[in-house]
Amino acid sequence: MPMTMTQKILAAHAGRESVTPGDLIQAACDLVLGNDITAPPAVAVFRQIGTARVFDRTKIALVMDHFTPNKDIKSAEQCKTVRDFAREQQIVHFYEGGGAGVEHVILPEKGLVGAGDLVIGADSHTCTYGALGAFSTGVGSTDMAAGMASGRCWFKVPEALRFELEGKLPPDVGGKDVILSIIGRIGVEGASYKSMEFGGPGLASLTMDDRLTMANMAIEAGAKNGIFEVDDITREYLRSTGAKSRLEFRPDKDAVYAETFRIDLSAMKSVVALPSSPANVHPAEAVGQIPVDQVVIGSCTNGRINDFRIAARILKGRKAAPGLRLIILPGSQLVYAQALEEGLLAIFLEAGAVIGPPTCGPCLGGHMGVLAKGESAVATTNRNFVGRMGHPESFVYLAGPAVAAATAVLGRIAGPSALPGR
Amino acid sequence: MKLQGSVHKYGDNVDTDVIIPARYLNTFDAAELARHCLEDLDPSFAGNVKPGDVILAGKNFGCGSSREHAPLAIKASGVCCVVAQSFARIFFRNALNIGLPVLECPGAVSLAESGDRLEIDIEAGTIVNPATGASVQAAPYTGFILELIQAGGLVARLRRNAEQRRK
Ligand code: SF4
Repeated sequence: MPMTMTQKILAAHAGRESVTPGDLIQAACDLVLGNDITAPPAVAVFRQIGTARVFDRTKIALVMDHFTPNKDIKSAEQCKTVRDFAREQQIVHFYEGGGAGVEHVILPEKGLVGAGDLVIGADSHTCTYGALGAFSTGVGSTDMAAGMASGRCWFKVPEALRFELEGKLPPDVGGKDVILSIIGRIGVEGASYKSMEFGGPGLASLTMDDRLTMANMAIEAGAKNGIFEVDDITREYLRSTGAKSRLEFRPDKDAVYAETFRIDLSAMKSVVALPSSPANVHPAEAVGQIPVDQVVIGSCTNGRINDFRIAARILKGRKAAPGLRLIILPGSQLVYAQALEEGLLAIFLEAGAVIGPPTCGPCLGGHMGVLAKGESAVATTNRNFVGRMGHPESFVYLAGPAVAAATAVLGRIAGPSALPGR
Repeated sequence: MKLQGSVHKYGDNVDTDVIIPARYLNTFDAAELARHCLEDLDPSFAGNVKPGDVILAGKNFGCGSSREHAPLAIKASGVCCVVAQSFARIFFRNALNIGLPVLECPGAVSLAESGDRLEIDIEAGTIVNPATGASVQAAPYTGFILELIQAGGLVARLRRNAEQRRK
């Protein structure tokens, strides 16, 4: 039976020769992730299950990133619950304060996920690690608790959609533009219950940061996971982070896909997803005059060093438009330090930006940039649902760092080509 | 498992951010979450919902974040079952894991309007509107998923299995 990449990883972790779409399996987890919102309920469920110890204290990651630095007393209590649990269970990978950052930025950085791994996380964007050739998917707190107790999780083996990437991205166009364009094409349910498998000659022109951005948003098409074929760029990245596992699974030549899409990267444009759906995608140059109150660059989607390099290239020598609030949130301490060293933070300060600590913050309307009634923001995040960044009558436009930076300068939504001198 | 209740009907793509907005995620107290259930979509829901009521919705119900607070808020508000044309997958597994019955049925949306009553047989997958006599059939659950529903969720199932092993 020929298999896709996802099917091969699931079969290997279920101890089976092969699996077929629709099979219900129990599979072993290489890593179980939770954050400051989802881990507290998981700790409570873990107690209910009644297991004394976690299955493996080195295979659990707890990252305090959503409402941190703690925005209020309740959030502080939630973190304390997790901290106490981590101490009691001697969890090796507990991250908070200056050791933390946005979960999906820091886990790959720290080499905690490698190719061929099976990862579950009580966070829907756990699918990010597919960029590394891993099977990773979002689950809830109960699954996380059961995972911490038993090291296992139940799955229905998904069918797959194949995305055959061709050509090379034009300048100023990045992974965010590609994935938004794909979601615009297939819709928010276009990959429901399925795996999105990315491969083809076009891979070579996508940086690891581009791929992480793309895999991150697979869930926005309803997918169970997004996964990239492993190539030299993956191998080099995994070497640099010291990731332990580097088991490469390749899809069989005759693997069966529910559908195959050819994506010509050279035809990609700077795009924006208008409220309130990540599938409401339009070319940045075609949206007309949309004034914006705030621009946020950061998050698990676009909070990595390349994202800030791209934004800095555009913001260099320019200023944020009068009255527009530009918020920069590096995704991790490492990204922060790198941006500092490369002089990017100086460029942002000069442009009038507020630079915050690594946190999810405004992405989920938590803190550090919540919107008032009637306000609009361009954000490099992944969701523009009603009320996502604050008031139910505020508006979020999703874009990559290039569009976000150009928008910050012009005070209205625009691609970088709209800037004078570019 | 036979259920019946009056319907609260919604459209497509009801996401977990409107089911329970992030501003309330600094707690996972179920009763507290229920007070804000569906607040950004239907501010009257929390005040109107009665124990045993049914949510009937369109496509992709529960899309977005993996917050288990969403099915928890719905369950704690007294809703006995969510019937939708289709579900987002994380919401679907979370609901089953916490013991909130959900039924996926493409034809169900046209069966009833808000305020109508529905009779649901979870094991058989049948959904009936007794006032009109109309009914639809969902694919019934089997195997592991059925066990999960009958046990009342993953924890109950894990505990039951552990007890059986001890016996
Ligand atoms: S940055 Fe946003 S989408 Fe990513 S984990 Fe944090 S809240 Fe979720």
